[in-house]
Amino acid sequence: MYEGAVQDLIDELGRLPGVGPKGAQRIAFHLLQSDPSDVERLVATLTAVKERVRFCELCFNVAEAERCRICQDPRRDPSAICVVEEPKDVVAIERTREFRGRYHVLGGAISPIDGVGPDDLHVRELVARLSDSAVEEVIIATDPNLEGEATASYLSRLLKDVGVRVSRLASGLPVGGDLEYADEVTLGRAFEGRRLLNA
Amino acid sequence: MHLRHVSVADFRSYESADLALGPGVTTLVGLNGQGKTNLVEAVGYLSSLGSHRVSTDAPLVRAGAERAIIRAAVIRQDRETMVEIEIHPGRTNRARLARAAVSRPRDLLGTLRTVLFAPEDLALVKGDPGERRRFLDDLLVARQPRWSGVRADLDRILKQRSALLKSAAPQLRRSGRRSAPRVDDGALSADREAALVTLDVWNSQLAMVGSQLLYARLRLLRDLTPHLTQAYAEVSGGQGQASVSYRSTVHAELAQAIAAGEVPEVADLHAAMVQTMAEVRDQEIERAVNLVGPHRDDLLLTLGDLPAKGYASHGESWSFALGLKLAAYHLLRHDLGEDPVLILDDVFAELDAGRRERLAALVGDCEQVIITAAVPEDVPTALVGRTYAVSLGCVQESP
Ligand SMILES: Nc1ncnc2c1ncn2[C@@H]1O[C@H](COP(=O)(O)OP(=O)(O)OP(=O)(O)O)[C@@H](O)[C@H]1O
Ligand SMILES: [Mg+2]
Ligand SMILES: [Zn+2]
Repeated sequence: MYEGAVQDLIDELGRLPGVGPKGAQRIAFHLLQSDPSDVERLVATLTAVKERVRFCELCFNVAEAERCRICQDPRRDPSAICVVEEPKDVVAIERTREFRGRYHVLGGAISPIDGVGPDDLHVRELVARLSDSAVEEVIIATDPNLEGEATASYLSRLLKDVGVRVSRLASGLPVGGDLEYADEVTLGRAFEGRRLLNA
Repeated sequence: MHLRHVSVADFRSYESADLALGPGVTTLVGLNGQGKTNLVEAVGYLSSLGSHRVSTDAPLVRAGAERAIIRAAVIRQDRETMVEIEIHPGRTNRARLARAAVSRPRDLLGTLRTVLFAPEDLALVKGDPGERRRFLDDLLVARQPRWSGVRADLDRILKQRSALLKSAAPQLRRSGRRSAPRVDDGALSADREAALVTLDVWNSQLAMVGSQLLYARLRLLRDLTPHLTQAYAEVSGGQGQASVSYRSTVHAELAQAIAAGEVPEVADLHAAMVQTMAEVRDQEIERAVNLVGPHRDDLLLTLGDLPAKGYASHGESWSFALGLKLAAYHLLRHDLGEDPVLILDDVFAELDAGRRERLAALVGDCEQVIITAAVPEDVPTALVGRTYAVSLGCVQESP
């Protein structure tokens, strides 16, 4: 245990995902030893993120306005929506440059163990977006693990009668994997070979 | 295949120990509690990434130490491979193969194959169904390591599904039929509809993975049975016939065919699981447990016309468990075209003189056998081979 403020910092850092107790200590002491101006910049960035960044009202990607950059872009194809779990998956797919449509970020995957059901995801909003007749295809790009598959299968059942084509990213993605970690080539190929779920 | 060398550090009672081994028989002798089983447990861990005695890693690390290391030199077709694992309870274990780090310990599976018989295996005959399922599944993994992934998927699906049955119980239970109509009945039934669709999604996952595992187990059992019958007959000198049949929860009609030794198509198993889940849905919701699937199945072991459990004598039960392990050994030998390492921990003490001699003759042609005994006289002289004395966590070759 360290004294007051230092321990508080270690505790706060330790709450971040992917940071263990040892890592939290390392970061804390790094911050203690760095230039005050560096720390101020970090604080300013954190504050700005919380103030400026929110979620797109349409697709729930991160955004700096009511709508995200992609939803605002008139060159994006409005007839295709790619459904992903997290904003980081949008970034991964954008890197492949395979997809020119728009996105819908669910905010997770169905996982009863974690208390996450369809109602806890942005599923209702997705269905509402589909009533817009411009949408012709929904591509489900949830993670290729059990929860991602369950979510994909839930969505394909739900969207069966909505009158849009529903496809799922082709496998070739590592099973049990995270979309985020798939390399660009694999992910790009998965887009090419997506299969129809409601043929 | 055989081991040329095994060493451990901070494993169980050992600070460090080195053991030179070779083809043929090696016997470890020593009084109770001196560390004989600890050594063979280490060898078993390298091949299955688990202990045959405990389900967690913590007891494997020497009291007061932080991590344990097991290393072995495996010789297959004249080529030597070093296998190494560092056991860090509460953290991820680190593995090395041919002196290079591998990304997951799972990558070690398949390099060293062992079949280990230990007193704990008596539970195969006398214990719960879970023991017998584990025997089958471990053997599946030993044959084809990819099954360890399928098994992990099934466990996760079962956890997800039972969590769903628990958390969605209020919505799932409302049948609307029994109670009088209420104002918010529409909302309630929409809720229920949604919960049922989610359950259905997990049913599909369970049926898909469950039917694959079931199919694999049935094929395994079909291949294993002749080896079991033969091994038991050889050990017992023809006293009684050992047989085994699979008890499935998948579906009443199909279960009969399965119990009679048939192996249905995987698509039929899948369809049957889906149907049975539909039939028992209300019960599953009521009790919030997964009632259908390979995780509820069992093996019925019979000796002559009687079930082994509850009828067989102690020595017969012991011989049956031994028969299952020897059958696994012969199956792997047949599959791989090479011998796994056979480990017999304390096997002789419980067998009569005839069974000891016959067992000795039976394992005489195995490429490598490692035997432990507290009383050296229990081991038939024909089998002793190279001997190590184990005492207080020290191993020394006996002249
Ligand atoms: N993590 C550990 N740290 C230190 N000692 C341990 C640890 N785990 C087990 N032991 C000790 O190892 C001994 C048991 O060793 P082992 O099971 O190999 O005995 P054995 O020679 O096979 O005896 P038996 O003939 O009774 O089967 C016990 O005395 C136990 O206290
Ligand atoms: Mg022992
Ligand atoms: Zn958007």
